[in-house]
Amino acid sequence: MKRIGSFEELKARHERLAPLLALRNTEENDPQTRDILVCGGTGCQASESEQLVKNLNSVLREHGLEREVRAQITGCFGFCEKGPIVKVHPDNVFYVEVKADDAREIIERHVLEGAPVERLLFEEPSVNARVQRQSDISFYGKQMRIALRNCGFINPESIEEYLANQGYQALGTALTDMTPEEVCLLIKESGLRGRGGGGFPTGVKWDIARAQAADQKYIICNADEGDPGAFMDRAIMEGDPHSVIEAMAIGGYAIGASKGLVYIRAEYPLAIQRLETALEQARNCGLLGANILGRGFGFDIEIKLGAGAFVCGEETALIRSMEGKRGEPTTKPPFPAEKGYWGKPSNVNNVETLANIPSIVLRGAGWYRGIGTEKSKGTKVFALAGKISNVGLVEVPLGTTLREIIYDIGGGIRNGRRFKAVQTGGPSGGCIPARFLDTPIDFESLSAIGSMMGSGGMIVLSEDDCMVNLAKFYLEFTMDESCGKCTSCRVGSKRMHEILERITQGKGVPEDMATLRTLAATIKDTALCGLGQTAPNPVLSTLEYFEDEYMAHVNEGRCPAGACTSLLQYSIAADRCVGCSLCARACPSGAISGTPKSLFRIDADVCTKCGECVDKCKFAAIASA
Amino acid sequence: MQVIPSQNSEQCCGGGVTGLSARLCGELDTFIDRLPQKEGQLVSVLHKAQSLFGYLPREVQEFVAQRMGESRAAVYGVVSFYSFFTMEPKGKHPISVCMGTACFVKGAGEALEALQKELGVRVGEVSADGLFSIDALRCVGACGLAPVVMVGEKVYGKITTANQVKEILTEYKNKEVH
Repeated sequence: MKRIGSFEELKARHERLAPLLALRNTEENDPQTRDILVCGGTGCQASESEQLVKNLNSVLREHGLEREVRAQITGCFGFCEKGPIVKVHPDNVFYVEVKADDAREIIERHVLEGAPVERLLFEEPSVNARVQRQSDISFYGKQMRIALRNCGFINPESIEEYLANQGYQALGTALTDMTPEEVCLLIKESGLRGRGGGGFPTGVKWDIARAQAADQKYIICNADEGDPGAFMDRAIMEGDPHSVIEAMAIGGYAIGASKGLVYIRAEYPLAIQRLETALEQARNCGLLGANILGRGFGFDIEIKLGAGAFVCGEETALIRSMEGKRGEPTTKPPFPAEKGYWGKPSNVNNVETLANIPSIVLRGAGWYRGIGTEKSKGTKVFALAGKISNVGLVEVPLGTTLREIIYDIGGGIRNGRRFKAVQTGGPSGGCIPARFLDTPIDFESLSAIGSMMGSGGMIVLSEDDCMVNLAKFYLEFTMDESCGKCTSCRVGSKRMHEILERITQGKGVPEDMATLRTLAATIKDTALCGLGQTAPNPVLSTLEYFEDEYMAHVNEGRCPAGACTSLLQYSIAADRCVGCSLCARACPSGAISGTPKSLFRIDADVCTKCGECVDKCKFAAIASA
Repeated sequence: MQVIPSQNSEQCCGGGVTGLSARLCGELDTFIDRLPQKEGQLVSVLHKAQSLFGYLPREVQEFVAQRMGESRAAVYGVVSFYSFFTMEPKGKHPISVCMGTACFVKGAGEALEALQKELGVRVGEVSADGLFSIDALRCVGACGLAPVVMVGEKVYGKITTANQVKEILTEYKNKEVH
């Protein structure tokens, strides 16, 4: 694509490219031509969405329709539970769980005959019927997309489509009509706060870096999404890489940095590939490089790969890792804004934070400030997972309640089980019980109930989940990921994990609870970085809200959720057992005995609780409790 | 994530580090030579080295240390710090079980248990026939498909039973026979 030399040329290019999205911006019931989008995110790709796009296009060619209709990939629609998703414009039909083999039916029935494929439509539980439109699906009802605005709308591998949707206009506006001070002020006034978990005001952070005098400054994008179970940043980079690049260029202009770096997880190959493609396209168009849009501002971006260390999400550790060293955090001050990458002033922002920037520049601080709560403005993306009906990525205005997210958007608990808790903030956060479900979510409210916003992981737990076991899971994570620099974190997390291990095996003692609390307080007080200081949170919050579960393990040797295998007791029901002996033959430890055609018995002392007998029994006579 | 086992057994005699394929050493050398500067590039070089050799044994670390002008201790310090780097070889088909929270609460532990039982090896080990190795990793971000098992770069979703695990392994074992 030809180089864009000025803001005027950029505007003209936008006008020329806008028709690319014409079919997506209109709604028509009986259209002559169509535009087909298929989710190309990691999750849907795993379900062969790439093959689906190929099949759609090959059937289109077969019918000589390749000029009128084109099928292509787009970013994550968020409704991962029902992926792969296909959306057909302009009649706005939303297909779910589409297989590669469904391509022919979609083209021949829908495109050729104008009759949407009924069986691929989503069955909306609230009306008990299949619905055609995305807007008829309750999963989307309460969502508002700002950071995810282009995901599911444009092709992430096409800079033309990004430009057609006002791409790089915010950069043009900033470079042409605003001073760096004004850009910082605008972001301050918008109320945008860091979406990586800290919640620090982004505009203030930019202004601190801007005020530093240095020959070189850096703007760094933290794309080391380490919270297991969170995939917001991955979806943005895969679905809308240009918005991250544009925002970094705006940030670079605001703070006076000519160089940007993206620190990204090596575990996200697709996001890396899409980002590399986008960088190349932006360079070719002159939107990165020297003298951008003829405004005398030069800026370029380099990708740095992470290597799988959770602590590198902490900004000082991230910077050390980018310098090729062990990613151990350092004491603050000095803050990265003063002395960061190679000792130069550096500003670190998270992916989602950056994805908000272009919209704020284009629509104004007042618009953004109008969304959200008093202290937390805008929207937040959450990765909704666990025992929820609709697993997926959701973006809601801050101030939305947990209940709205879990029940209205998420569709409630899977398989009709009861809600027990929702975990937010990942390994640094906590578990929130049912009585706080009506809490409007913002940075402050979640901290007040012993959890935190974190980067946006939201794991829903049901009555089948053991809270002690979950706390142990998180502790195992932080224990593994502790960099080892501070003794309290390195050794303390290990000791806490040992205690939790004991409790889940039924070997806990009543004093354990007090020891856990003491260790937690010490780690919080003495660890250097955020990872250590927050590591005890999952234990503290479960101790606070679910102490009875801990007590049941310790005092009664019982796991109320039936999840801790060591505490299970298997037994054979006399009224169901027919004495077929299948269980006894299946038992690898010889714990089951009996004579054929009479009741069999399990010797609890020999039983290893492997569950083989339950699987083998054809009469559902064996149960664990 | 890509694992390319070293197929070339030519000996590398340059620099006093022996036992490494000359071709792969050459490729790594070219990569290092093309860097704008060596400072700060150790993690990138190790990524490249692992993609070439499949893993980072002592010999590769020594080679990198020598070429980068770092001490062996510094290189080992970085390799051992990051979980993405491995000092042990992987199987021909490396299996990764996602142990992210979403997969964990949906029973990834059972899938892992079934795999270990079926292959007779633990996490971090390679099966006797060299075909499979098992690793636990943190979140591939395909939480809609939890629990997730990956073989190489192929993702298998909703793996909850021992039978599903057996089916996956059979798929790869059959490929070997044919």
